[in-house]
Amino acid sequence: MATESSEGTAEQLRLRERLARLRDLPLLRGVGVSGELARLQHQIDRIAEEPSADEVWRAVELARHQDRPYTLDYVERIFDDFIELHGDRSFADDAALVSGIGRFNGQTIALVGHQKGRDIRERTHRNFGMTYPEGYRKAMRVMELADRHRFPVITLVDTPGAYPGVVAEQHGQGGWIARSQLLMLRLGVPTVSCIIGEGGSGGAVAIAVADRVLMQENAIYSVISPEGCAAILWRDAGEAKKAAAAFKPDAAHCLELGVIDGVVPEPPGGAHENPDVAAALLSESLGIALDEVKERDPEARRRERSEKFRRMGIFLE
Amino acid sequence: MASRIDVSIEHRGPEPEPAGKHPNTCPSCHSHYRDEELDESLWVCPQCGHHFSVRARRRVDQLADRGTFEEQDKDLRSADPLSFFDLRAYSERIAEAEMATGLGDALIAGAASIERRPCELAVMDFAFMGGSMGSAVGEKFARACERAAERGVPLVCVTASGGARMQEGILSLMQLPKTVAAVDLLHQKPAAFISVMTHPTTAGVLASFASLGDVIVAEPGALLAFTGPRVVQQTTREKLPEDFGLAESNARFGHVDAIVPRPELRPYLGRVLALFE
Repeated sequence: MATESSEGTAEQLRLRERLARLRDLPLLRGVGVSGELARLQHQIDRIAEEPSADEVWRAVELARHQDRPYTLDYVERIFDDFIELHGDRSFADDAALVSGIGRFNGQTIALVGHQKGRDIRERTHRNFGMTYPEGYRKAMRVMELADRHRFPVITLVDTPGAYPGVVAEQHGQGGWIARSQLLMLRLGVPTVSCIIGEGGSGGAVAIAVADRVLMQENAIYSVISPEGCAAILWRDAGEAKKAAAAFKPDAAHCLELGVIDGVVPEPPGGAHENPDVAAALLSESLGIALDEVKERDPEARRRERSEKFRRMGIFLE
Repeated sequence: MASRIDVSIEHRGPEPEPAGKHPNTCPSCHSHYRDEELDESLWVCPQCGHHFSVRARRRVDQLADRGTFEEQDKDLRSADPLSFFDLRAYSERIAEAEMATGLGDALIAGAASIERRPCELAVMDFAFMGGSMGSAVGEKFARACERAAERGVPLVCVTASGGARMQEGILSLMQLPKTVAAVDLLHQKPAAFISVMTHPTTAGVLASFASLGDVIVAEPGALLAFTGPRVVQQTTREKLPEDFGLAESNARFGHVDAIVPRPELRPYLGRVLALFE
């Protein structure tokens, strides 16, 4: 990444402050300080204006773009000496979720992420990024390992949802999603999650209960897919675009609702247009986010993390 | 597109009743009863043992010692943070559900005693928008946990829910980690958490607090599934086992501690609560 002049950096800080003030948002943590001015300006524009139905739908399409970088594309660009760890130690190795340890900015970290496939064979092998309970158990044992050895945990979220199948139910899909969230709340080490594509409901939040939750600019994070929502509320899966506009799964809205802590910029046109730049931007944001939380002692970190999620929601009283 | 459809959190209203079918007619053996008869039998069919859905206040009457339930957070209501509008406005659906059920939202909670054991009691009502969990339900559950931890008494929670409330978008998904964080508070205290799963307990509620009970009991025949049978069928084209997702199947696969018929539920809870004292 090009070194910015101090003048440029000052200008960016000013822009970031303006960005934060626009809607009384917390400062956009995770936004790369050395990112280009134009990109920050673009984000200001995006957040200042209510994203239109078309813009929301564009994020849905980009989040699912077949060339969008997946977890392992980022792993090879961001981490050194990555060693993948396989299996849940009780039953299976779920290929829809990858995990391992590697070096990030010189420090050993643990990584957990959903993995989709690019061609038909790999998609089938990866089960389209739809995890079985075995996948969450694998994630949990790697997070426990990280906690023992004081490795920060990074998770990358990209799933249409947890797998809706008979065996997945028999193996306790709901219960393992719940326990994975509980474990993430108990970790003493710093944790950062980033939604890098589709953040599909329970299957996504199972590995996204982190100190800092980031979203790439064109990722989506939602309680249900637009098609699923349309099928239920509109009784027509073809109304997916209307559904997406109504439940607002895009990064700008998630930030505004206090669900995420920062938006990670993508190269112009989306992450798939330039995976190397996308990886550099992601790496930088992960680094900033980790730096923010690494100085806390484990108990304070746990408490702040729990309090953050405890506060979520909007209701009347 | 079928395989891309994320079905992990469903929210459906009650199954439409066949025309002319009365809610007091047993769907299993077609016997018909008056309200008083069903009240008398705890809304279990005296003929065939089918467990009817039980409204939240009725459930409190069945479980809590007479006059001990002190409801909290009565005035906590759902907001409409997304100004959500599908075929109708969310605000309109809420108002209608309030009118129809006489409840503020899909969960009521407060202090109670069961068989003279003090506890915090939270009960969901499927009649309020399919028992779906939005910010209000999540908040009321979390506060019930906090009160239980504060008082040092167990929490008993009776679930009946289709999952997260889609009309609140991503905020409804965030009620999963929020309620899990609340259960964590009970675990840390420790205060016992008894989860009673009734028909149906699915999707976002099963994938959060309901599955985290120290003791998990289910009513016979209840559907307890992350994804319901219809969606599993449509998405995977798999042949479903006869008892797919039912309490009995969950017991066989080790996900619940006991299946307790409704007439035995109150004494069972009394015994469990006594052991945690």
